[in-house]
Amino acid sequence: MSVIEQEQLTSLIGEIEDYARGYGLDFFPVIFEMLDYEEINMIASYGGFPTRYPHWRFGMQYEYMQKSYGYGLHKIYEMVINNNPCYAYLLNSNQIVDQKLVIAHVYAHCDFFKNNAYFRNTNRRMMDEMANHGNRIADYMSTYGRDVVEDFIDVCSSLENLIDPNALFEPDERREETASEEVSPARDVARLKSKSYMDPYINPPEYLEQQRRAMDEARANKQFPARPAKDVLRFLIEYAPLPNWKRDILCMIREEAYYFAPQAQTKIMNEGWASYWHEKIMTQKALSASELVDFADHHSSTLAVHPGHLNPYKLGYELYHDIERRWDTGRFGKEYDECDDIARKAAWRRDTGEGREKIFQVRAIYNDMTFVDEFLTEEFCHEHKLFTYSLNERNGRYEIADRDFRAVKEKLLFQLTNLGHPFIGVVDANFDNRGELYLKHRFDGVELRADYAKATMEALYRVWTRPVHVQTTVGEATVVLTYDGSTHRERALSPADAA
Amino acid sequence: MIQRIDRDLNRFRQVVRGIVKKELRKFMVTGELVGRQGRDYVSIPIRQIEIPTFRHETRRFGGVGQGDGDPGTPIGQAEGDGKGPAGDAPGDHMVEVEVALAELARIMAEELELPNIKPKSKDVIEAEHGKFTGIHKNGPESLRHFRRTFREALKRQIASGAYDFAHPVIVPIKDDKRYRARRTVHAPETNAVIFYLMDVSGSMGDEQKDVVRNESFWINTWLRHQYKGVVTRFIVHDAEAREVDEHTFFHTRESGGTRISSAYQLAADLIESECPPSEFNVYLFHFSDGDNWGGGDTQVCVKLLNERLLPAANLFCYGQVASPYGSGAFINDLGGAFKGIDNVVLAEINSRDEIYDSIKKFLGKGR
Repeated sequence: MSVIEQEQLTSLIGEIEDYARGYGLDFFPVIFEMLDYEEINMIASYGGFPTRYPHWRFGMQYEYMQKSYGYGLHKIYEMVINNNPCYAYLLNSNQIVDQKLVIAHVYAHCDFFKNNAYFRNTNRRMMDEMANHGNRIADYMSTYGRDVVEDFIDVCSSLENLIDPNALFEPDERREETASEEVSPARDVARLKSKSYMDPYINPPEYLEQQRRAMDEARANKQFPARPAKDVLRFLIEYAPLPNWKRDILCMIREEAYYFAPQAQTKIMNEGWASYWHEKIMTQKALSASELVDFADHHSSTLAVHPGHLNPYKLGYELYHDIERRWDTGRFGKEYDECDDIARKAAWRRDTGEGREKIFQVRAIYNDMTFVDEFLTEEFCHEHKLFTYSLNERNGRYEIADRDFRAVKEKLLFQLTNLGHPFIGVVDANFDNRGELYLKHRFDGVELRADYAKATMEALYRVWTRPVHVQTTVGEATVVLTYDGSTHRERALSPADAA
Repeated sequence: MIQRIDRDLNRFRQVVRGIVKKELRKFMVTGELVGRQGRDYVSIPIRQIEIPTFRHETRRFGGVGQGDGDPGTPIGQAEGDGKGPAGDAPGDHMVEVEVALAELARIMAEELELPNIKPKSKDVIEAEHGKFTGIHKNGPESLRHFRRTFREALKRQIASGAYDFAHPVIVPIKDDKRYRARRTVHAPETNAVIFYLMDVSGSMGDEQKDVVRNESFWINTWLRHQYKGVVTRFIVHDAEAREVDEHTFFHTRESGGTRISSAYQLAADLIESECPPSEFNVYLFHFSDGDNWGGGDTQVCVKLLNERLLPAANLFCYGQVASPYGSGAFINDLGGAFKGIDNVVLAEINSRDEIYDSIKKFLGKGR
């Protein structure tokens, strides 16, 4: 990049930062870096971090990105990293108008990272942490061999979605409490105090014996873990028989998974927020008249809708606008919600003017699931022509199934629940009293993908080193999938057992 | 900065290589790779490599979209072909990876345990190359070496005191001029010519030709790896033989009878006139369903092989493709006549599954 461009860009960045602050956006300092497409593809392959541990899947990502860039199918304009300071990467071949747009976009993302509640507990020094992980894993590789370590990373990556995104907000006391429950209670039956000659009467031996037996039985039947462990990775870290280096790798993978989880939880909100603000900043402040057409072209392609896909940028953007409009015109609250006169609702007008304030509040305390649940209204659904689609088995095509508001919302919420991953938790770590791991899939109407489930169970076995069971639902039946280290088995559970 | 990703990219390529190696037999049997090769690369379709996790079976589940259309409006094709039980095959996405032909040949060598081809003999085949590496005082102006000439002129002018530092003009005279000169280099010749001979009589169907095409792909891949320049020639025959281009070779269909000797005759003529064994490593691959005309033609074939083809060829391979019409006697006749001869390989290819073994047999000689 020439010096002039460098200077121009620096002043642009300062200018847009002022606009953003002027609108009330609040962000960490942002460090911008200009990269060419190869570099930006590389950083994107590493999930946004310049330094990570070595693994072939990053190379795979890179290969696909390079290819699709080469064929003109896909181009990364910018990338922002949730970190303090925030790092933002811009593609150096962007035109000036594109740079303005993405800089504005970046500031809104940074505001979101800083202020959204779901990011509260993320590591703001992740850039350093990732580099540390890289070094530690490289050390293990030189000690234990590259193939061995990479192989174990494959195993861990297979399990990385077995986390509980809500655990980020679990107060420490509750963790303590779960830990203390595991301490075994008194070893013997309590006796009443008595003089020795009265003892057989006050503490009758038969009764003591009975109590002791009941206690033993209770101990034998005691479930471990006491409560189903949703954070399977944490459970494995604490209880699986792993050598220290493997435990450490599993810890790192888990930490990274938790770091990325809030981003997956707020994709619609975050992209919507950034699109909302790049548009505001551009159209009200930064855009010069000659750039209008290019801006409109780029902006509309960002928000473009392809049939069968829900563009998170578009959905979030429109929802923020909808919220702003509703709170500006007083279309909220008990009176509005309970009004069933369509004409009156359409003409509703109460000059509240709280729209801007409301969306700032929304960006602070919601995630995609609660956002859609709360603000996706029936009117919105119809106005934006949302539909559900499903597979037509006869011709192998996806076809529009339904435009019913409730069906749309239900399907959308399902996709957003638990990041779209199935709910799977450890219910028994000593199954059959043989130290086997028993997991339960909470069935929500969609089955597990069988081939992937099998492969994942093989990975679980590698960590737990004892047979692994997963209880799930196939068709109408409750089944238990078992992998014992060499073969996969499947058995149906009777309804009584399943309960 | 770029180096770090190169390391991971190389790892990924190794992973791909491992997959190709594991599935090599499948590729050979199905002939998936035929027609996918460019000059240096083959594009190989493999399943997208994904790290397995617990996930929902979403194929049937569908999703939420946006736009116009009534219920029932198609919005896209499901991934996979929709046949068979859904999701049984891991990963429905197919991606294409490019593997260098040389790499594919190395994978072949590892999987099929192919020996490298032993050089015929160091000095039998040798070619002369001319390289302009020398310098002469005489030569055509077109080969004048400007820099050397300039240097000589400069030296001379400084030595004779004619050089004027304030006004540095160099004027070469005839003695200064230097010319590039040709030097002859003797290099072992590494050319090979592959003759594909095929029976196109009525009894050879499309299925049989497919097998041949598949075989030829792998043979070409291997021999291209072993020799610098590989030329392929194609001869088809029924009762008469003629040389054709590659497309015709695989697509032509005649209806006449079969006289194999006609093809051998033509091959022998071509070798002698255009591809002398002193300049080429000659490979002959003949595919037929084993049905030859009676009347002593097989004896003519044996005689041709003995007298003209085998002395000239590195290797003669005969692959007999099973067809519902052929009698299949020819392979036995050859087997009887050439027992223990080193550069004759015979293989029966009764089904696609045997392609793998026949290639191993053909190329396993190391000749």
